[in-house]
Amino acid sequence: MEERLFQTTRDIEFLYPHVHVWGWPIATYLFLGGLAAGILLFATLYYLKGKEDDMPFTVKIAPIFTFIIIVIGLLLLVYDLHHKLYVWQLFTTFRIKSPMSWGAWTLVAVSIFSLLWPLSYIDDIEKYLHERGWRRLDNITKFIRDLEHNWVIPRFIILTFRKYRTFFAYILLFLSIILGIYTGILLSAFNAHPLWNNPILGPLFLTSGVSTGSAFVMWLSNNKKERKLMSTIDMALIAIELFLIIHMIMGLQAGPEVYKQAANLFLGGEFTVWFWVLFVGMGLVLPFILEALELKGYHIPPALPALLVLIGGFIFRMIMVYAGQMSEYPF
Amino acid sequence: MRYAMAIDVNKCVGCGDCVVACQTENNVPIGYSRDWIIEITKGKYPDLMMHFESQRCNHCEDTPCVRTCPTGASFIDEGGIVKVEHDECIGCGACIEACPYDARYFHPDGYVDKCTFCDHRVKEGLDPACVSVCPTYCMYFGDLDDPDSEISKLLNSREWYTLIPEAGTKPQIFYLK
Repeated sequence: MEERLFQTTRDIEFLYPHVHVWGWPIATYLFLGGLAAGILLFATLYYLKGKEDDMPFTVKIAPIFTFIIIVIGLLLLVYDLHHKLYVWQLFTTFRIKSPMSWGAWTLVAVSIFSLLWPLSYIDDIEKYLHERGWRRLDNITKFIRDLEHNWVIPRFIILTFRKYRTFFAYILLFLSIILGIYTGILLSAFNAHPLWNNPILGPLFLTSGVSTGSAFVMWLSNNKKERKLMSTIDMALIAIELFLIIHMIMGLQAGPEVYKQAANLFLGGEFTVWFWVLFVGMGLVLPFILEALELKGYHIPPALPALLVLIGGFIFRMIMVYAGQMSEYPF
Repeated sequence: MRYAMAIDVNKCVGCGDCVVACQTENNVPIGYSRDWIIEITKGKYPDLMMHFESQRCNHCEDTPCVRTCPTGASFIDEGGIVKVEHDECIGCGACIEACPYDARYFHPDGYVDKCTFCDHRVKEGLDPACVSVCPTYCMYFGDLDDPDSEISKLLNSREWYTLIPEAGTKPQIFYLK
């Protein structure tokens, strides 16, 4: 038997009884980053496949949301900093071994491109909105057009982007994959937390992020073909996710003591119900069944599986951020 | 130059002088501490053994905190001392998450703070505050690169252990058995 007690006071709330430095802002950001990565991945991929006009929502409309999503994510990140006024220090250097440094630079690049992408489609976006009777955003589209027609620099940037869109699509595709993987690698870089420190986390977060991206498109698109395709892709991604989850837990269980304890958080420990019922059950298996039924011809509103996947993806990030910090070496 | 510390757990009585000395010397904010003492009891009643560990930053050779720092605020200074440049720190918490020893904390002013091996004293040839006040002389501070230093001789002649070696950080605080 061994008992370890503090002899001197060390009453630091974010260190004991376990590290609790990151909370919901980081979990939400990881979710938003994955979601943005997923949406951009589909937009660029289907653009490069020449499906620009077959899948207008995926390629042209959905990326409008990514800029907003990324900005919200960035605000959450800054909100979570303890030394906020020094945030610019991130951009004075590039630390090749720090996933957070990679992420900071990737986010800036992705946010610029994800703004330019919908700007370069402004005519199509306006047409799309008018076809659906949406005229409330006319002021914004008109403003962007004025910008493009009357100002030299925005005009040059937008025209260049439009001209070399294929080139930029390749860059954005690459960046969106980095963004999707990095949200997982960010956590797996911390070997002080055995639950995070497993190589499956990067692919798992990427798959989950792309899955939430496809759910997002499925939810908001009114094109039947697009919906059906996204629903099929989402089912495949959910299947991969389930496989990776089993893989992750088996890997942890085959590891040293602290890794077993990390797996036990999900196997009878504090997060068992959250993980298996809310995430795996309601966020993966149930939407998978609903999507399968829909493909078989049953009438199921596509918003239902889509929202379940999105909520499931968010719960998954929350679980990983909170449970990961509880998984520690003994002091 | 490779600074390290050896602590004789047979001599330590857990008085907490090292903790108070550090807080005073380094102006550590109230409620925080850069070093702390843990009481470890092993065995089964009535055969119990107890010893104390004065813990602090291990000034590791393989530093997960420096590796994960996105701005370079965490760095390894001369002699292997792991430090934080306050004006470069954004307070993201990555290094706190990365440290298996919980040796870092957010200073109330926002930046991350930690043990510096009292480098301002070391530069003047003095021992760190914790070492210099120890009433049982159980702590030794010195240069591992110098084979004639007291700490090198102790580590050669005595048995020792380090904390959480399985985390792969190569800690430089040695506990003499």
